[in-house]
Amino acid sequence: MTILSTFDKALLNLLQGDIPICSHPFAEMARRLGTDEETVLTRLRELKAAGFLRRIGTFFDSNRLGYQGTLVALKVAPSAVHAVAEAVNRYPGATHNYEREGAYNLWFTLLTPSKDYESKILAEIRSLRGVEDMLKLKANKKYKINVQFKLL
Amino acid sequence: MDISEQDKEIIKALQEDFPLCEEPYKILAERVGISEEDFLQRVKELVDEKKIRKMGAVLRHREVGFNANALCAWHVPPENLDEIAQIMSSHAAVSHCYDRTPAPNWNYNLYTMIHAKNRDECEQIIGELSNLTGVTNYKILYTKKEWKKTGMKYFCE
Repeated sequence: MTILSTFDKALLNLLQGDIPICSHPFAEMARRLGTDEETVLTRLRELKAAGFLRRIGTFFDSNRLGYQGTLVALKVAPSAVHAVAEAVNRYPGATHNYEREGAYNLWFTLLTPSKDYESKILAEIRSLRGVEDMLKLKANKKYKINVQFKLL
Repeated sequence: MDISEQDKEIIKALQEDFPLCEEPYKILAERVGISEEDFLQRVKELVDEKKIRKMGAVLRHREVGFNANALCAWHVPPENLDEIAQIMSSHAAVSHCYDRTPAPNWNYNLYTMIHAKNRDECEQIIGELSNLTGVTNYKILYTKKEWKKTGMKYFCE
């Protein structure tokens, strides 16, 4: 288990916020942290290998790229949860898929480029064995999307 | 939605894991077949156009000590939705706050993701949000198992 140092926390806090858009972004981050590019890159590779980073890269506004998003809740027979979860996972637009406590026990988000495509996928999932009910909860206004954890 | 073919190629390059090397944008630009300079220019424009929300990282929250994560569904009077959503969004423990169209037999219309160290803390935060907003009809949906969590791959259908 890697213990995060003060430097690591400062590095991760900076990395979560924004990677500079310039030719040498890690050198720019190093400058802000008072160190050099090589130190930043080496440590980031180590933290990535140790599993601290889920994803480094670009986060898009799906609506502005022409995609629509919905949250879907399924009531699945307990014996079928595993198979249904794996079937949902196979759709590239299903980006988050969680088993949750409660009557509706499988919850996933689905991004699709058209209403027809969304309907087709949802009909396929609704017809899977063990799926007893489905709620479609279309996203309207997104008030906050901010998966940042300030490390102290 | 008018997204040019070149933009689609730039987006496809950007949505892969960001290279941890000295000149990451140069590598991505090569994949698209344009100069690093043109690539950087277009990325900045995509940020200005708000098509890119951020360039950055997402941590694995369990690894950094956030072990209790719950989706909380709230039943909010529609006329107060905007005001209540703003209050909930301003809480640091809330990472996502979306207004959603409810479903038959499921009248929850506001959804928040809450991250805490443990369940007690999670419930304390939800209690605070309830007190702050006066919303008492809600359902806490704890995560039992993560089956999938990935970034979206756009333009690959």
